[in-house]
Amino acid sequence: MREILTGNEAIARGAWEAGVRLASAYPGTPSTEILENMALYEDVYSEWAPNEKVAFEVGLGAAFAGARTLVAMKHVGVNVAADPLMTAAYTGVEGGLVLISADEPGQHSSQNEQDNRHYARFAKIPLLEPADSQEAKDLVRSALELSEEYDTPVMLRTTTRLSHSKSVVELGERPTEYGAPLTSIPRNTPKYTMLPGYSRIRHPLVEERVERLRGRADELGFNRLELRSRDLGIVTSGVVYQYVREAFPEASVLKLGLTYPVGAGLAKELREHVDRLYVVEELDPFIEEQLRLLGVKVDGGEHVLPRVGEFDAGLVARRLSEDGAPGADALLATAPPTPAEGLPQRPPALCPGCSHRGIFAVLSKLRVFVSGDIGCYTLGALPPFEAMHSCIAMGAGIGMAHGMAKVVQPGQKLREKVVAVIGDSTFFHSGLTPLLNVAWNRSDAVIILLDNRTTAMTGGQQHPGTGSTLMGNETPNVDLPGLVRALGIERVTEVDAYDLAEVESTLRRELETAGPGVIITKGPCVLEYKVTAAPMTVDREACDACKRCLKAGCIALTYETEGQSAYVRIDEAQCNGCGVCAQLCNFGAIVDTVRTEA
Amino acid sequence: MVGKTQETATKTTNLLVAGVGGQGVITATHLLSQVALAEGYDVKQNDVVGMSQRGGSVVSHLRFGRQVASPLVSAGSADLLLSFEMLEALRYLHWLRPGGLLIYNLLRINPSTVAAGFAEYPGDVRERIESSWERSLPVDGNALAEQVGNTRTANVVLLGAVSVHLTFSEEAWISVIKENVPPRTVAANRRAFELGRQAGQV
Repeated sequence: MREILTGNEAIARGAWEAGVRLASAYPGTPSTEILENMALYEDVYSEWAPNEKVAFEVGLGAAFAGARTLVAMKHVGVNVAADPLMTAAYTGVEGGLVLISADEPGQHSSQNEQDNRHYARFAKIPLLEPADSQEAKDLVRSALELSEEYDTPVMLRTTTRLSHSKSVVELGERPTEYGAPLTSIPRNTPKYTMLPGYSRIRHPLVEERVERLRGRADELGFNRLELRSRDLGIVTSGVVYQYVREAFPEASVLKLGLTYPVGAGLAKELREHVDRLYVVEELDPFIEEQLRLLGVKVDGGEHVLPRVGEFDAGLVARRLSEDGAPGADALLATAPPTPAEGLPQRPPALCPGCSHRGIFAVLSKLRVFVSGDIGCYTLGALPPFEAMHSCIAMGAGIGMAHGMAKVVQPGQKLREKVVAVIGDSTFFHSGLTPLLNVAWNRSDAVIILLDNRTTAMTGGQQHPGTGSTLMGNETPNVDLPGLVRALGIERVTEVDAYDLAEVESTLRRELETAGPGVIITKGPCVLEYKVTAAPMTVDREACDACKRCLKAGCIALTYETEGQSAYVRIDEAQCNGCGVCAQLCNFGAIVDTVRTEA
Repeated sequence: MVGKTQETATKTTNLLVAGVGGQGVITATHLLSQVALAEGYDVKQNDVVGMSQRGGSVVSHLRFGRQVASPLVSAGSADLLLSFEMLEALRYLHWLRPGGLLIYNLLRINPSTVAAGFAEYPGDVRERIESSWERSLPVDGNALAEQVGNTRTANVVLLGAVSVHLTFSEEAWISVIKENVPPRTVAANRRAFELGRQAGQV
């Protein structure tokens, strides 16, 4: 049967067909849908872990126990999981372990665009890169088989355009033999207990494994040499292969499915066949450097193509033809018309009714330094709030706020005080340890936990505070204030995220009090929990057109002018009835503040 | 005709669908994909999801043909641009190839920058489109959807207008719509599709 699947759906399907017993992940664009789809297969145990390190460790444990296992994360998630990954490369596994690293050239929804292929070389584990959904499905099985044959975790790297592109896939089935239960855990202490004495024995095996793989790299069936024109040869991998095929239909192509380690055989064959050889890869010259080390002369690669952002067929056609490569598709090689100028940007914005809005309106008013974190609320950095001044990595905001508070003595200057802002899912991910540090080493940083009861930015995934699991089971719901107190924070205040006066007075009080304090703002995600109320309306007689309500940064509000008069209009179709704009209005011009839950 | 010129050749047809996060751009493009697949084409679709969904500018790429390689439509190569919002039509107009067709919804949705008073929504969007692109077709999707009595059918109205310019059979369209909309709205969506087809005639 043929179906049209995204790369992520195909990965889940491939894992199911290949007998994966356990899958674990933390949500992150562009990887999130892998586990969401995994959970649709009831004969695979799937879970969200609190963070990627835990997900990887859960997967590693299952693989030590003999199960085929999938763990998935976005590129920066591998940073979190890197500690166990580096040593798992030494131990190897019993059951196959595939780590999906979903990279994001172009960083549509990420804080950086690091090239995670380096992790494969760093950890010395094999790296596979699919070029479409069919290959994504097939390579999951290959990765698990390779993992078992070479006794190593295997990384399967996707990019956004692979993860979220739909293409046609031939579906298979899951053999029933995969259902037989495992009944014991294999014991092999010298292999799985990485004391220095045991680890030293493993390291040479890792080095030998890479060389053994490199020697066979072109025989494993992942790399394909397509000999066509002698004028131009291109080495490429992943979805970029598709751009190359369209940009230069007649070029000879070496399509690498195994990009670490790269073998010398097919590359040298291509080199001998063509006059000019290019390497076309997004981000870093990862393949190119390996080829150069193997003694393959490359005429163009990183010097011709950008090292930042993502490619498409047009960019490949233009850049290579400008460098003299023959045979580009004529339409693609032509520079496209220029975009229309002077259009207002349409950046993402907090949803109408979002429970973060009022918090950022208050932070914006108090003008404190806000040490931010990763989530929808990072949008608080943008106008009109401009109330976030740093954001680095998941959970980083609390530790950074502590560091700032330790070195800055603001005295009575409110705007020099520091507030950390972190969402509930991000707090569970990696906010506990830095908050423990704040409590232990005592700083004056104020921490705001934005508790909207979901992992909102990735589309509403469960977390330890939602009372449910990925597979839909009920589970204890962590007591957030109790947890914060248990870490050693004495002052914990819960406030209604929609009550701006309460939010402001609580925040002012905490800023003026020495020692750590945590404010938990409560308001469920309106998208996830479908919270709506009757739309608000503007009393035009009362409206002074002062634009103060526009500080809410809500797309339901529009400033209108009619001749000499001006007013703010509320679009009823967009308004969620949350009442934040009404609280910002000094004239009582925005009416109807009933809030109900649907 | 966008599709009909392609049929004799093996060339791939490139569609770009633009709009605002929350408008159903991705779902509408998925319907198009399903129809192309039902008609026996190789199909690739690409959407950007994640942070841009929150009221931001959203585009979906759809390509179909005998065999499709890239999932992305390069700027300057789209045969058809469908935009669910006027400003987004203007923003992605340069994605069309010379002679490509723009079908756009006569709907204005304020960007957050306009709502916050930092920018103005240009008053002359339609004029700018018409003066800079020869082949453009405005459709009042929301007004037609109101005529149907279900404002949520606006996207299907626009798909109806698009359908006139592609070679897919009407049966394939109707069957995909039936499979993908809530059962009690099938009649309304069929009517919306029909009104869209009328509006799509040039």
